[in-house]
Parts: sequence; structure tokens; C-alpha cells
Amino acid sequence: MIYMDNAATSYPKPDVVIQAMTDYMKNIGANSGRSSHRLAIEAGHIIYETREAIAELFNISDPLRIIFCSNVTEALNLAMRGFLKPDDGVITSSIEHNSVMRPLRALEEEGVEVTVVNCSSQGFLEPREIQAAIKANTKLIVLNHASNVIGSILPVAEVGEIARQNDLLLLLDAAQTGGAYPIDVEAMNIDLLAFTGHKAMYGPQGTGGLYIREGVDLKPLKWGGTGSRSDEERQPDFLPDRYESGTLNIVGLAGLGAGVRFVLAEGEDNIRGKEKNLTQKLLDGLTNLKGVTVYGGLDIDRQVGLVSFNIDGLMPSEVGFQLDEEYEIMCRVGLHCAPAAHKTIGTFPTGTVRLSLSYFTTEEEIGKTIEAITKIASK
Amino acid sequence: MNKPTYGVVLFHSTQAAIKAEKILKEAEIKIKLIPVPRHLSSDCGICLRFEVDDVLAVKSTLASKNVQTARIHQL
Ligand SMILES: Cc1ncc(COP(=O)(O)O)c(C=O)c1O
Repeated sequence: MIYMDNAATSYPKPDVVIQAMTDYMKNIGANSGRSSHRLAIEAGHIIYETREAIAELFNISDPLRIIFCSNVTEALNLAMRGFLKPDDGVITSSIEHNSVMRPLRALEEEGVEVTVVNCSSQGFLEPREIQAAIKANTKLIVLNHASNVIGSILPVAEVGEIARQNDLLLLLDAAQTGGAYPIDVEAMNIDLLAFTGHKAMYGPQGTGGLYIREGVDLKPLKWGGTGSRSDEERQPDFLPDRYESGTLNIVGLAGLGAGVRFVLAEGEDNIRGKEKNLTQKLLDGLTNLKGVTVYGGLDIDRQVGLVSFNIDGLMPSEVGFQLDEEYEIMCRVGLHCAPAAHKTIGTFPTGTVRLSLSYFTTEEEIGKTIEAITKIASK
Repeated sequence: MNKPTYGVVLFHSTQAAIKAEKILKEAEIKIKLIPVPRHLSSDCGICLRFEVDDVLAVKSTLASKNVQTARIHQL
């Protein structure tokens, strides 16, 4: 079995992740912030240590400015819904995931002005196009760090500089990069960083969050119990409680903390180096095949560990089915929740076959995958 | 031996209390997370107990690391 669907969710997870989750379930199990016995405090420690690890990964100075959410989709909704008001302008790119586009289209119906800047057919964005799209009412720029369709990496630091010069906020969707590609909220001028825990941060599903820069105030997405200020019927104004109503996914956060510490211990450069090498091998193996079209810039320095392709005369779903049935290779096919991205690269409405690897993928698996695709394409 | 006299720092949130615990431990100040004593109505359920002689060190260490506190009391 070869798992090449890590862009959807990573598998396998490091053993330490499973151990941390089991340890919490067996030996701690309590809620945090509600009671004050020793197990409740232990649970609070686990949550805080996960914040700390994430703060280190993204160079965030105050771990309490990280808000835990159930995934990046919720984090993006909190950021966009909490910040944008009717008549505000927002700029985004033409290769965004629906977790950005759908909330923006909904906000558009409420009077927010949405400007979509086109990316090249290889999925790249010119920072000056963002500059040119800024209007008097523009308040926010929303970008994905890397496309989940073709893996292209966007010039975040350059856009961050533009945002700063124009007094705009930058919201980054780091779903495809967090853990796999360096992110530094200071160096890149990121005001709001939305991440998901279950991909390259190696946590379980149901984890993610939003970093909110000091000085940025958002309207909460939900209101409710926090354990703090229980005498008050109004939502507290301090972080993280302002945005973390309801019991957290503590078992999930135990796993996420272990996943991020795994990334920090292995070293992000090391992880990126290995994935780059594997991606290059995959690209080398596929680009020369007759009847195979590989999408994207084919520039490994501007691509994360995922490759989208099609085979002449075959629908993506047929290719995916053959890979699974005959070769036990698992991948994703179709539109990957990003219709605008497919229009940008010219694969709408059929979509692509997407192979996505992780730090646990081996050279042998890449070799077998190339072999299988070679056979399918030459039938 | 006399029991030391204690003070407590109250915080808005549990996570802030835990952050403070970590920072004060690193600074080798003797502290313990305890339930907030009933007579001190509180913002969150746990607070940090310290020995009163350390009050200045507690205050300056927390201030230097930007940890927001709600109140400080002597017990
Ligand atoms: C770029 C991008 N944004 C958002 C998401 C949504 O992630 P989640 O389902 O964890 O909220 C994904 C992955 O599915 C993604 O690749």
C-alpha cells in the first residue's frame, strides 16, 4: 500500500503522536480551565505546551495569541468573518481553496467587496498584481501559502511587505505549508495565520488554529463558556478565551503538540530537503512520459510536495481507480475543493490526479508510483 | 520551622496562569498552581502561590515576559 494523499491528511502519523494521545486518554482525561484539581491542571499544561510548540514553529512571540479551532476552515472563517465588515474590500488570489472562497462569497452577499487577482497558469502570483488591486476600501489580503491543486508556493513575504506599506492585514492559509515549509510571522509580516493540524504538522484530524497579531481585534465566531469570568454573562476580551468557547479537543491537541515537536526535532530544513528531493524524483519520472501532462511550474524551489497530472484519454477518476485497484496507490482525483484554481490552470471541470507525499514517503514508493503511472499511460 | 507566608497571583485565564507558572519555574522561583481561595473572587479557577519574600521577583519576572496578571494578594 502506498499512501500518496498527504495533502488531504497525512498518514502515517509519528508514533509519538499516538503515544501522546493515548497517554492523555489513559492517564489524564480531565477538562482544562473548568476545575482546578491536578488532572485539570495537567490538561492545561498539555494545551499550553502545544501552543508553545506552534509558537516556536511559526516564530510567534506570545503562545496565548494562538486560538485553537477544529481545522483551518474554522480558523479562516473566524479571521474573515471576524474582521471584514460591509463595504470593506478584500483581495485574494485565483488559486484559493473553497475554505477561503466560500466564506468570501458569503461575505460578498453581505456587502464586502471581493477582488480576485489572477495567478499564472502555473499557479504563481505576481506581487505587483496585488499592489495594483488595492483600493481605498481594501482592508485585508487573503492568500494560501501553497496551492493544494498544483503545489505552487506564493510570494508571501513580498505580499506581506505590500500589506504593511498599505496598512492592510495579511491572512495566510498555511494548510499546505505549516510544518513542511518555513513560516515566520514576523519576517513575512503575517497578521493572521490559519493552520490545520492534521497535514504536515502531523496532528490528528479536528485540530487547527489561528494566530492573531497583537492589536488585531476580531469578532468571535462563537460565544460561550470558557471557565474564566464565570460571574460575567459577557464574553471575555482576553486571549485565548475570547475565541475559545466550549471544551477544546484536548486529546487532539495532545497529539498535535507531539506532532509539532516531532517536526521541530527532525528539523524543518531537513523535512523540506527530503520532500524536495522526493518531489523532484516524481517530477523527473512523470514529465517525460508520453501522454502525461504535469501541471505547475516544475520548479522545485517554488513547489511543495504535491504533483498534479493527467493522462491523455483518461478521466482523473479512472486513473485514480486503476492506481488504487491495481497498484494499491492512494491519491486524490478531481477538483480538490478549488474550482477557481482549476480554471486558472485550465483543468476545470475535469480536474487532475494529485499525488502528495510526506516526510514518511520513501524513494522506493516514489519509484513504484512512477512505474504504475508509466504502465497506465502506455496501455 | 515557621511556615512561609504566601501570596497569590490571579490571572484572567487558565492558560495565562500556566504560562506564568512555566516562566517562574524557569526563573527558579518557588511557586505552585493552586485553586483560587474562595474569599478571593476570581477570574479563573487556578492561581499561582508564591512565598511573600519573592513578590518583587515574581512581579518583575512576569512583567519582563509580558504576562498579564489580574491581581496579586497576600494570603
Ligand atoms: C489550501 C487549503 N486550504 C484549506 C484546506 C482545508 O483544510 P481543513 O479541511 O483542515 O479545514 C485545505 C485542505 O483540505 C487546503 O489544502
